Amino acid sequence: MKRLALIIVMLVLPFFGPALAQDAAAPGQAAYAAPEHQSAAAVETRPEEQQPAISDVIFEHIGDAYEWHLLNWGDKSLALHLPVILYKDGWHLFSSARLEGGESYEGFRIAPKGEKHEGKIVDAEGNRPFDISITKNVLSLIMGSLLLLVLVLLTARWYRTHDAGKDAPKGLAACMEPLVMMVHDMARENIGEKDFRRYSPYLCTAFLFILLNNFLGIVPIFPGGANLTGNIACTLVLALFTFFSVNLTGTKHYYEEIFNPDVPGFLKPIMAVIEVFSALVKPISLTIRLFANMLAGHIQLLCMVCIIFIMAKYGGVLLGGMSFISVLFGIFLDVLELLISFIQAYIFTMLSSIYIGLARQD
Amino acid sequence: MNLITPDGGLLFWMVLIFGIVLFILAKWGFPVITSAVDSRSARIEESLRQAEQARAQLEGLAKEQEEMIARTHAEQARILKEAAHSRDEIIRAAREEASVQTYEMLEHARERIEREKQDAIREVRREMALLSVQVAEKVLRDRLGHEDEQLSLARRYADELSVSDKAGAPADASESSAKVQS
Repeated sequence: MKRLALIIVMLVLPFFGPALAQDAAAPGQAAYAAPEHQSAAAVETRPEEQQPAISDVIFEHIGDAYEWHLLNWGDKSLALHLPVILYKDGWHLFSSARLEGGESYEGFRIAPKGEKHEGKIVDAEGNRPFDISITKNVLSLIMGSLLLLVLVLLTARWYRTHDAGKDAPKGLAACMEPLVMMVHDMARENIGEKDFRRYSPYLCTAFLFILLNNFLGIVPIFPGGANLTGNIACTLVLALFTFFSVNLTGTKHYYEEIFNPDVPGFLKPIMAVIEVFSALVKPISLTIRLFANMLAGHIQLLCMVCIIFIMAKYGGVLLGGMSFISVLFGIFLDVLELLISFIQAYIFTMLSSIYIGLARQD
Repeated sequence: MNLITPDGGLLFWMVLIFGIVLFILAKWGFPVITSAVDSRSARIEESLRQAEQARAQLEGLAKEQEEMIARTHAEQARILKEAAHSRDEIIRAAREEASVQTYEMLEHARERIEREKQDAIREVRREMALLSVQVAEKVLRDRLGHEDEQLSLARRYADELSVSDKAGAPADASESSAKVQS
C-alpha cells in the first residue's frame, strides 16, 4: 500500500512541475515572460535582467494576492477574481477584477512595486484601509477548513453509526483514526491523564488543519497551491491559540513559577522578567518555525521549476540537461516536502501539548 | 518586508474561520472519534484480560484434572491392595474359625459320646445289678426251700464274711464265687 502511494506520487509529481512552470509564466510578468519568447533567437540577453523577474515570480507565488491565477491559455490568463472587502468611510465591496492592471476603483488601487504597501490595496494617499478582502490565502483557508470539517465530521459520523467495539473502521474512518489517535495519545502523554481531554480536540484540530493546508500548499493546481501555512498571519493565529490555551488555563503552580519563582529574593524580579519573556517567546517560536519551514519549502520548489526557465536561453542541450536535473530535484523536494508537512504539523502540535502540559502541572 | 508582517485581513479571517472550525470539531468531531476509540481500546484491554484469565483458569482446570486422575489412580491402587489384603484376611479368618469350630464340634461330640457311653455303662450296670438281684432272688428262693440249705448258706456267708473282712473282696466276686460254689 505504501509502495503504491509512493509510485503514484512519483508518477504524478513530474506533471506538477510543468503545471507550476505554466503557472509561473503568468502575464503581468512581462519582464519574465520575455525570455521565453526570445529564447530561440536572442541568446545574448544578459541574465542580470531576468534575475529580479525570477524573484518576483517566486514571491508572487508564496505571497498573498487579490486574485487566484489559474492558468494561461495562449495569451489569455485565467484567474479567479476574488471579492475585495474594505472599510473606509463605510464598507466597500467589489471584485478584484476592477483593480487589475493597476487601475483604480472607488479611490482604491493595488500599490505598485516600490511603494510602502507593495501589492496591497491602498487608498489614494497610499494608506491602508481596513482590509478584510477574500484573498487567495483566505479562499484557500475557507476551502481547506471546509474540507477538514467534511473529513472529520464524516469520520465522526462513521463512529456514531457504528459500534467501534464491533466493527473495524473502514475507508475514511480507517484513514483518519490513526492521525486523530496519534494526537490524542500525544496529548495524553504530555498533558496527563487528568485533563488532556479538554485540550485534545484543540490539538487534533490544529494538527489536521496544519497538515491538510501543508498538503494543499504542495498541490500546484487550483484547490491547492496557496501558501497558507507559509504565511505568518496564519501561523501566528495558530500559535496564539496555543498561547491562550496555555496561559488562560494554567494552574496556580504555573503562575507561581512565572511571577514568584522559588529563588532568592533579589533574583525574583529578574526571574519574573525572564519567565514572562519565555512565555511570550514560545508562541513566537511556534509561529516562525512553521512559517519559515513551509515558506522555505515552497521557495525551494519554485526555484527548481524556475531553473528550467532561466536555462531556456542557453540552448537546447543545457536546457534539456538542467530540466532533467531540476525535475529530478523537484520530485525529490516534493517528496521531502510531504515529509516536512507532516513533521511540521507534528512538531507544532507536540510543542503545543508540551506547553499546555507544563502549565497544567500541580 | 510584507512576508514577515502579518496581514490584518488574513489574521481576521484566520481567527474567525479557525475558531469556527475548532468549535465545530471540538463539539461534534473529535470527542466522538476519540471516545469511541478509547472505549474500543478499553474493551480490547478488557477482552485480553478476560482471555488471559480464562487461559489461566483452563490451565488450572487441566492441572486439577491431572491431579484428580493421579489421585484416582492412587486410590484405585490402594483399594485394590486393600481388597486383596482383606480377602486374604477373610479367608484366613474363615479358615481359623472353621478349624476352631470343627475342633469344638469334635470335642463336643467326643464329650457327648463319652457321657453317653458312661450313661450306657451305668444303665447296663444297673440293669445287670437288678437282673442279678432278681436271678439271685430266684436262685435263693429255689434254694432256701430247705432248712439245711438255709443253714449251710448262712454258715457259708458267715465264712465268707469273715474272709471278706480280711480280703475285702468285692461283692460281685463273692457273689460270683457264691454262684460258682452253689
